Amino acid sequence: MKAMTSKEVTKKIFNKEPLFILDVRNDTDFQDWKIEGENFEHLNIPYFDLLDGVEEILDQLPTDKEVLVVCAKEGSSVMIAEMLDEAGRDVSYLEGGMKAWSEHLEPVKVGELKDGGSLYQFVRIGKGCLSYAVVSNGEAALIDATRMTDVYLDFAKEQGVEIKHVFDTHLHADHISGGRKIAEATGATYWLPPKDADEVSFQYQPLEDGNVVKIGKTSIDINALYTPGHTIGSTSFVVDGKYLLSGDILFIDSIGRPDLAGKAEDWVADLRDSLYNRYKQLSDDLLVLPAHFMIIDELNENGSVSEKLGTLFAKNHGLNIEDEAEFRRLVTENLPPQPNAYQEIRETNMGKISPDIENQREMEIGPNRCAVR
Amino acid sequence: MIVAKVLDAKGLACPMPIVKTKKAITDLQSGEVLEIHTTDKGAVKDLAAWAQSTGNELLKHEEENGVFMFWMKKA
Repeated sequence: MKAMTSKEVTKKIFNKEPLFILDVRNDTDFQDWKIEGENFEHLNIPYFDLLDGVEEILDQLPTDKEVLVVCAKEGSSVMIAEMLDEAGRDVSYLEGGMKAWSEHLEPVKVGELKDGGSLYQFVRIGKGCLSYAVVSNGEAALIDATRMTDVYLDFAKEQGVEIKHVFDTHLHADHISGGRKIAEATGATYWLPPKDADEVSFQYQPLEDGNVVKIGKTSIDINALYTPGHTIGSTSFVVDGKYLLSGDILFIDSIGRPDLAGKAEDWVADLRDSLYNRYKQLSDDLLVLPAHFMIIDELNENGSVSEKLGTLFAKNHGLNIEDEAEFRRLVTENLPPQPNAYQEIRETNMGKISPDIENQREMEIGPNRCAVR
Repeated sequence: MIVAKVLDAKGLACPMPIVKTKKAITDLQSGEVLEIHTTDKGAVKDLAAWAQSTGNELLKHEEENGVFMFWMKKA
């Protein structure tokens, strides 16, 4: 019996390798959220139904492919993996369980910048969150950083760059931002859209339409573009004239939902204007880099998530609804369930409450659910 | 409600609360009630699901100061 890390599982997803997952969590948790890969198979049998032995499920487990036992925090998967080991099966368990899976970030290089700098996407594969590092001439800017702040700080150290600016495209409702913590640790400037920051309890730099920030000695421009709709402050960025960081406004196969701050009816018109007017004026050649992906099919060959804006205008259903009333219906009715603990997450990101790390983990459990399709 | 036995599983991580519950309930007679104390939040859903799959009846559960308490009636 051996441990398999989240990083190793991520590699299998990126490389489309086969894996058989025996998920021993209860049925509700499994249905809500699981590890998905193009060539992954699943069998869900709760650990508490296997306490008397694993003999009954042996014939359901393949012997010709890798088997990974998964549970919430590791303990139960170790127990079941040990039982399978004793029964003569060669299996692994997921180190740290779904908690570790939810926290794993995989940096993927998205592309080059004009002056030789690079843009990296941090794929939070278990939860579908995407954050970014713009690196140029010894300096870096981070966008939508998660609470796993060490990953970004270590990344900056490895690259030999200093983090100068930290941005959040909006006040997040599905995950806890690491922006403020990173800014405090590095002395970087923390930017937030002021319209999302009415109630925040800390100092920040107001991020407004038309702001331009330069990274490195030469000019990597980060242009802020006010695109409300998911939240009233939601802001996109055009980086280096080539990349469109769309936050939670536009995704690859869906669009942002306007209801997580309780204002769906009010914000529909803003959302439509951002997508159908403001984005429409931008170059079709921009590479859209959203703050989330929803399904594993959205991953490119190298594991990154991106698509040309022109392609999205042709293919994304949410950008192709001519009738305004129909658009309104789509984004206000039959919305998916809200993200787990989204109110508490918003309050944490405002600095109103400071839950401990265990609670932060619990709050973020599950998929992101920021989109409407 | 008459409690036949109290199981203190505080401080134990998954899967131990359920492993101990299963052991403790085998010693009871049908219809007797086991009271379980645990600090593992995951046990809330798991004990309910375990009760369903075994036929034991989860009479109620409460939380007090981070301790989750369950009353389980043996099938």
